[in-house]
Amino acid sequence: MAYLINQSINRLDRGAFFALGLISLICCSLLGMVIWFLFHESLPVLRGSHAGSFIFDDSWFPLEQRFGVMPMVWASLAIALGATFIATPFGIASAIFLAFYSRGPIKSTFRLLMNILAGVPSVVLGLWGLTELVPIVASIQPPGTSLLTAVLVLSLMILPTVTLTSTAALSAVPPQFLEGAQALGFNQKSVILHIALPAAKAGIISGVLLAIARALGETMVVLMVAGNVVQNPSGLLEPVRALTANIALEMAYAMEDHRASLFFSGLLLTLVVWALAMLSTRFRSLDGRTQ
Amino acid sequence: MNTTRFDFADYLFRYSIYCVSLLMILVIAWLLGDVFIKGFSHLSWDFLVEEPRSSGRAGGIAPILTSTMLILAVALITAVPIGLSVAIWLAELTSSFGKYQQPLTGFVGSTLDVLAGIPSIVYGLFGNAFFSVYLGLGFSILSGGLTLACMILPVFIRTCESGLRAVDRHWRDGALALGMSRVTTIFHILLPTTKPAILAGLILSMGRATAETAALIFTSGYVDRSPDSLLDSGRALAVHIYDLSMNVTGGDANAYASALVLILMILIINVVVQAMLDRWFFANTRIIRSTTSTHQ
Repeated sequence: MAYLINQSINRLDRGAFFALGLISLICCSLLGMVIWFLFHESLPVLRGSHAGSFIFDDSWFPLEQRFGVMPMVWASLAIALGATFIATPFGIASAIFLAFYSRGPIKSTFRLLMNILAGVPSVVLGLWGLTELVPIVASIQPPGTSLLTAVLVLSLMILPTVTLTSTAALSAVPPQFLEGAQALGFNQKSVILHIALPAAKAGIISGVLLAIARALGETMVVLMVAGNVVQNPSGLLEPVRALTANIALEMAYAMEDHRASLFFSGLLLTLVVWALAMLSTRFRSLDGRTQ
Repeated sequence: MNTTRFDFADYLFRYSIYCVSLLMILVIAWLLGDVFIKGFSHLSWDFLVEEPRSSGRAGGIAPILTSTMLILAVALITAVPIGLSVAIWLAELTSSFGKYQQPLTGFVGSTLDVLAGIPSIVYGLFGNAFFSVYLGLGFSILSGGLTLACMILPVFIRTCESGLRAVDRHWRDGALALGMSRVTTIFHILLPTTKPAILAGLILSMGRATAETAALIFTSGYVDRSPDSLLDSGRALAVHIYDLSMNVTGGDANAYASALVLILMILIINVVVQAMLDRWFFANTRIIRSTTSTHQ
């Protein structure tokens, strides 16, 4: 009798193992499907006569079959790197504040604010940028929707990513390091700058890479405040169009080669973000090894 | 300690950190205050229950709320069972692979990490090509919801999996010693103990799904009527905000009110989910709590 019960239990377990395994397999194949569909949909333009046009055409006139994406690639890079350039020092300073210069309710309130900011939908950030920042920038030089505005709003969006990952990395520095430095007569500034930050370096870089990936992939903010004029970014106050914004703008009416070229830019974006995520993971595992 | 002489560099560093943090707080307050003040001045009960008029400049957001809820429901009903299954399989059931277990779970894990990093606009492209065109669902709530399900799956799985892995090994050993099968152990011991992680995963995924715009523009569409079925196109709240602020002149007031509703909705969903899960797991957690308290 006991044997029979045991048998039936094992059968249930085995069934669960195979059923859940199958679901996991399907779930994993999702990545393959995403890549395959992007590739498949961009095939017409890769196979056709326009294969070289992505890089060599001077601009983006899809109705005249000119698909030069480079101005938008530069714009995307300029926006993402600019936002990271601003968010990194502010984020690290906020992380130092969280890890070393605050305690009790101030610390928890600051952390809560960062978490709320991380949860604000990007479309709301875009709306805020459009109605608050754009008029300010426009008072310097119209139209106001520009590279600078996109960089500012986007840096606010990735600030929590940098702050929270850096705080985690700083808090993970072994307290003996800090106590040893204090015992040697270091003041707090030197403890932070010369002991804590170098020890947490890998974790912080990992967070920054993650932030660049988020900034590159972000659509709504750059769509709403960057101005959407296809041109090489030449000045901070010039309107530009990012790769992601281009997809969102033109997908609704794109046909044939035009549609395929939009899918190709999506594929490009995915590969770049993938590479960044892999680099970020590499740095995170480096952090684990040093400790 | 107080005998140390005045250290100007240290003092300067400390106060510059304070200043930067204060600046960050002010900017966040500017953002939130702006949304709340401008949003509240246009928010009313009528706004929630009326149809939008003259492309959203006037009237309310009732059909848009319906569509948002339906899209979210489709996404969760698809993603939660699948996500829990994969998490359970990854954390609990792969031990029979022996030495291949580590590489296998590592491979699945890194695939999920890559999926989690893919930009949402790319999920939109994929959803458009696969659900809308290839499966012929068209611009519909169903294809929008399924696209969102793909997007939130990796985050949800990873959170649940790490929760399951954090459960003390002794609990599994104890269950085994009592003659419980794996499936029983999972349902009666592991899942109840993992509740906080599942909850965190759910809240994270729902927050992402509700806030998502880019993936929905060309999967669930723009139509601001009330949807008749899941195969009807429906406009999500985030898409509505985008449309009002970009394509409709004079839509800013209603855009802000919608933004406030969106943020409040994310908050309310969090509270409701918390309460629901509390009730759901109540019986099991109570047993476990009493066991742990006698154990300690």
